[in-house]
Amino acid sequence: MTAAVEQRAASSTGSDWLKSRTVKRFIRHRLAITGVIMISLITFMCVVGPWLLPYNMLEIHIRDRFTPPLTGDYLFGTDEMGRDLAARLFMAGRISLMVGVAAMLLSTLIGTVIGLVAGYFGKVTGTLLMRLTDSFLCFPQVFLLLTLAAFLQPNAFMITLIIAATSWMEVARIVSAEIRSLRERDFVTAAKISGASHTWIMFRELLPNTVGPIIVAATLTVAKAILLEAYVSFLGYGIQPPLPSWGNMLNNAQQFLDTAPWLAIVPGVAITAAVTSFNFIGDGLRDALDARSDMP
Amino acid sequence: MNELPLIQTADLKQHFPLHKGLFGGQGPVIRAVDGVSIDIPRRSVLGLVGESGSGKSTLGRAIMGLSRPTAGTMTFDGIDMARASSSELKSLRRRMQMVFQDPFSSLNPRMSIAETLSVPLRFHNPGLSRSRRKDRAAEMLERVGLPGQYISRFPHEFSGGQRQRIGIARALIVQPDFIMADEVVSALDVSVQAQVLNLFGRLQRDLELTMLFITHDLAVVGHISDFVAVMYLGRVVEFASTRELFSNPRHPYTEALLSAAPSPKSANRRKRIVLKGDIPSPLNPPSGCQFRTRCPYAVEDCSHEVPKLRELSPEHKAACIRDDLSLAPATQQ
Ligand SMILES: Nc1ncnc2c1ncn2[C@@H]1O[C@H](COP(=O)(O)OP(=O)(O)OP(=O)(O)O)[C@@H](O)[C@H]1O
Ligand code: SF4
Ligand SMILES: [Mg+2]
Repeated sequence: MTAAVEQRAASSTGSDWLKSRTVKRFIRHRLAITGVIMISLITFMCVVGPWLLPYNMLEIHIRDRFTPPLTGDYLFGTDEMGRDLAARLFMAGRISLMVGVAAMLLSTLIGTVIGLVAGYFGKVTGTLLMRLTDSFLCFPQVFLLLTLAAFLQPNAFMITLIIAATSWMEVARIVSAEIRSLRERDFVTAAKISGASHTWIMFRELLPNTVGPIIVAATLTVAKAILLEAYVSFLGYGIQPPLPSWGNMLNNAQQFLDTAPWLAIVPGVAITAAVTSFNFIGDGLRDALDARSDMP
Repeated sequence: MNELPLIQTADLKQHFPLHKGLFGGQGPVIRAVDGVSIDIPRRSVLGLVGESGSGKSTLGRAIMGLSRPTAGTMTFDGIDMARASSSELKSLRRRMQMVFQDPFSSLNPRMSIAETLSVPLRFHNPGLSRSRRKDRAAEMLERVGLPGQYISRFPHEFSGGQRQRIGIARALIVQPDFIMADEVVSALDVSVQAQVLNLFGRLQRDLELTMLFITHDLAVVGHISDFVAVMYLGRVVEFASTRELFSNPRHPYTEALLSAAPSPKSANRRKRIVLKGDIPSPLNPPSGCQFRTRCPYAVEDCSHEVPKLRELSPEHKAACIRDDLSLAPATQQ
């Protein structure tokens, strides 16, 4: 018994210790660091890039139509109207990344609250909420997304809402599972005996103990949201031109696939890079937060 | 001496249905606590002993109002908990506090000690300002033998024994009358156990606390309690003052527990009574005396009816039909 206690003491000696260990594990995770570097670069280019380029994304240069990449001033070439593809890519990136991050924030918020309430109140409320979650999960997400997008006005704001509304379930399940195991701990009983309200127990005692898994799930959700936005916009139900997004750039590129393949390749690479970066970071965070991965 | 006991339970039962039937069908039930009537006099410590699974924690939780008893009543200071109004309950809750077994799961890892100790004050003394709460937390921490400036630290910075002290501080900060302590030292090193027990004893005397002290360790019980209740399969089989129980046990189960307790001085000198087999399942306890399957003194009559907890002498009750036994007392420690 004493040995067990000592062992547990050893495995939880400190938040500072834990933090630095977590940080160390994350830094040692090569892919995660690659992800961080890539996504920082992409973000930097999307924010600053448009000012560094000689052309505005709307400027039409009829004579320079279909210029291939790395020709003259055109880093990534031009499109069918002679607009600078690099300028369009970076502006589109602003939209796509913003939609991705905003959808993540919203869906994480929804998922966290639903998971928290479902996990804490077990019984009827919890069962009902988890059934709701499961029934959302029954439909393929893309179907759900396209159905909603077909009925609603497709602008950036709506697309964000729709993506959030169809991707909160993962977080809800993770949080509710986590809460269900935490709520049996003695410190929760202690809080009840202390006269604490349900709100206090949920938000002050339980929630802070689930931030790790929530952050991991949120990071992976950004990747999914970017991909979904691209997918819906590619099919023409998402963000509408002239506002560029990586997805609708792909849509537009379809017609010129054989004559100007870079129109598809450039945004395609951007989407892939952004999505894999977030996935790498998510995996890295998951491993870093899991103390067991430290063992040889 | 004729004061009303602070805690009184009357025929308290806590049954758990084995499978939760959707429509509440009468399936098999686990009789975790099956008709317990005990009194805890004011300012005294009742030790509750028994093997694992005998229902000690379940009884403790029912007394604390953490579960709704299946039957019977639990009375605190003359107030029936099941009938108390919500405002009465709120003040009762402040007066009954609890210290936990596991020093690791009983403190929220994400809260500083100041925050942890402030939670009971925040809800039970809502008038207190933030800085007053913090002062009280620091005072309380010193009272349990830790430096007051430790309040800004987090649980992981403390050892098991120190955490247990913090748990005691949290229970005491709202000035309760009653403390339920469930196996509070069993997770600690032996050397630390003694320190924490001494702290309990000192605080209990200084603050005139009434206590229910649950443990499976008779040595611990002898150290701290005024009275002892011995539990077997959901029932109290013997109740006596500590000295009386150790020197003159009247139930064969108590005798067996006493003989099994490690006693350093007389390691092998006395005959150990080894109990046959495991404690039977509380799902279908034996008929008649529940101890009869393992009792070395069982006779035919023992299987007929459940022996009542009879008063044999003042402050000594036992539930055994055989009065002719002379059972071995505990060896002097
Ligand atoms: N919530 C529950 N649902 C079903 N059965 C339960 C529940 N709580 C306790 N039991 C059962 O009731 C019996 C008594 O359990 P309890 O935890 O009260 O024993 P204990 O004397 O405290 O034992 P220990 O010394 O191991 O802590 C056990 O058989 C246990 O399996
Ligand atoms: S009643 Fe019979 S079986 Fe039960 S303890 Fe007494 S002698 Fe043993
Ligand atoms: Mg127990």
